[in-house]
Amino acid sequence: MEPIHVTIKLFAHFRDGRFKEAEHQFAPGVDCRQIILGLGFRLGEMGIVMVNGQHAPLDYQLNERDTLALFPLVGGG
Amino acid sequence: MDKILRVNMNDLTTTVEEVPTEWAGLGGRALTSTIVAKEVPPTCHALGPNNKLVFAPGLLSGTAASNSGRLSAGAKSPLTGGIKESNVGGTAAQMFARLRINALIIEGMPKGDGWFSLRINKDGVSIQEESGLLGLGNFAVIDALQSLLGKKTGVMAIGPAGEMKLTSANISVKDPSGKIRSHGRGGLGAVMGSKRIKFISIDDEGAPGIQIAEPEKFKAASRIFTKALMDHPVSGQGLPTYGTNVLVNILHEAGGLPTRNFTYGQFDGHEQISGETMHETIVARGGKPRHGCHAGCVIQCSQVYNDKDGQYLTSGFEYETIWGLGANCLIKELDDIAQADNVMDDLGIDSIETAVAFGVAMEAGILPWGDGKEVVRILRDEIGKGTALGRVIGSGAGAVGRTYGVTRVPVVKNQAIPAYDPRSVKGIGITYCTSPMGADHTAGYTIATNILNVGGQVDPLKKDGQIELSRNLQIATAAIDSTGMCIFIAFPALDIPECLPALIDMLNARFGATLTGDDVVGLGKTILKTERAFNLAAGMTNADDRLPEFFNSDPVAPHQAVWDFTNEEIDAFWNF
Ligand code: SF4
Repeated sequence: MEPIHVTIKLFAHFRDGRFKEAEHQFAPGVDCRQIILGLGFRLGEMGIVMVNGQHAPLDYQLNERDTLALFPLVGGG
Repeated sequence: MDKILRVNMNDLTTTVEEVPTEWAGLGGRALTSTIVAKEVPPTCHALGPNNKLVFAPGLLSGTAASNSGRLSAGAKSPLTGGIKESNVGGTAAQMFARLRINALIIEGMPKGDGWFSLRINKDGVSIQEESGLLGLGNFAVIDALQSLLGKKTGVMAIGPAGEMKLTSANISVKDPSGKIRSHGRGGLGAVMGSKRIKFISIDDEGAPGIQIAEPEKFKAASRIFTKALMDHPVSGQGLPTYGTNVLVNILHEAGGLPTRNFTYGQFDGHEQISGETMHETIVARGGKPRHGCHAGCVIQCSQVYNDKDGQYLTSGFEYETIWGLGANCLIKELDDIAQADNVMDDLGIDSIETAVAFGVAMEAGILPWGDGKEVVRILRDEIGKGTALGRVIGSGAGAVGRTYGVTRVPVVKNQAIPAYDPRSVKGIGITYCTSPMGADHTAGYTIATNILNVGGQVDPLKKDGQIELSRNLQIATAAIDSTGMCIFIAFPALDIPECLPALIDMLNARFGATLTGDDVVGLGKTILKTERAFNLAAGMTNADDRLPEFFNSDPVAPHQAVWDFTNEEIDAFWNF
């Protein structure tokens, strides 16, 4: 099967030693959890997980050209 | 003795009063709103002799409790025509508390054209004639007062905007670095200007200090409370590292970052003005990424932002200001926004109201989109000098819209909507509609739960649960605003079970009281109802609890979201 292309965006200290934005290829059916763990994060570090600008559960399966954005728990106001 | 200081500008007299029993358990917003509701005729002109300007430190201000140094100011707002409370950090609240001043009430209006200042010390308050500092900006006023009265003097001042009684004028309070924090919203600086008071200085030499009824209990609760603040990732790490501006990228991603005067929900220049970029810039230029707006703040969301040459440019550089001039006015240079922030501090003008007013002005074609240099020029040469254009922009977004025939004017109760698009973050829209303060994100910060996953999760794009979320947060916020606590304690309070009980334990230990969680909720409800009753008596109706109609008709990209609450749904907010 063709791999799918997913844009991954990292924010705040998640960028330290990693990247801001990058395109990755995954096997179809990959979910947020697998990608997060694959990047070396612990699930407990995740503050906000968004796919295409909407909050997504960890078992959300990504589609071709989706954008996955990962934020640590941060806030402001 | 705990006391109330009263200043009558009609006849230039001052009195020291005992605190009436019904006000004894109140502080901060609870006290200012209670006093305004009791003593100010709701239909009076906000800039006339019948309005009163009230200051009150929070219930825990002056104690060793972390983040308890907020000062509330209250009056009828010349911007909204309703009741207003606006709170601020800086050094004044703790000085008030140590002097055992529960409130300062300024009433009446002087005859003639003279200006005055107030001096507060252990003996009470006195009135002086003032001419030397008139026309000066806040930084010069603070510098002059520090040389005259000593480095430690507390200062609350108005800049030229307040002297001109512009409805965006704020009251500036000296912070621990000798810079400025602001009672920003609702034009309280204009009320101070209408009473022709340029500044209030505070000297807490010989102050009796705070008495804690049960010191050991207080210490124990305070330790638990501080630990909760440090343990929570938002207050313990995120805020001190990136400041509130970390939100630019998050709101952009979520499609809730109002862009080009609320036309779009995303801004292509978001990275350039983001908290991440700001953090790197501050570190590279030798500024301070973390800084407290008052002594005893353990979160320290503030920062010192230097220019390219490493010289001080601004501090307390907030997400809302950066969003307002950045995404909302399409300005991509953080340095231009910082420069504008500095000038706004100096003029004494609300950086949210003014940034949104600039967005409307750009929509009207008064200046080009994205022109940060022109924004700085208009601030300095038009608003600062009181030209006709300057006075229009300085009177807020609503005034600019009315003057230039713009229909997309993001205000509620004539107060500018800040930083979060209510179509794509629906909970905050309910807060904007219903808060007695006019559009105010801090009144019930649903962003926590809609976007940041603090205190649970409520889908920002759906209507479900938003009314209840906003109501619960507005009630809790009204109570927190009365304690003198910074609103950012809400992040740990929503997530860490020990946090709120520790806050209540501190209140009980401070006053020898036996408050429960229910009492605190009850206090929050009473405050909101008192404020709403004032607004209704001032002539507002349910029709004032609405967003401008373009939010219903114009979908916002990228989610093509519209504001779809019915009037009945919004009005149900008040069923408590
Ligand atoms: S967290 Fe920020 S706003 Fe709150 S008291 Fe500290 S510096 Fe001030």
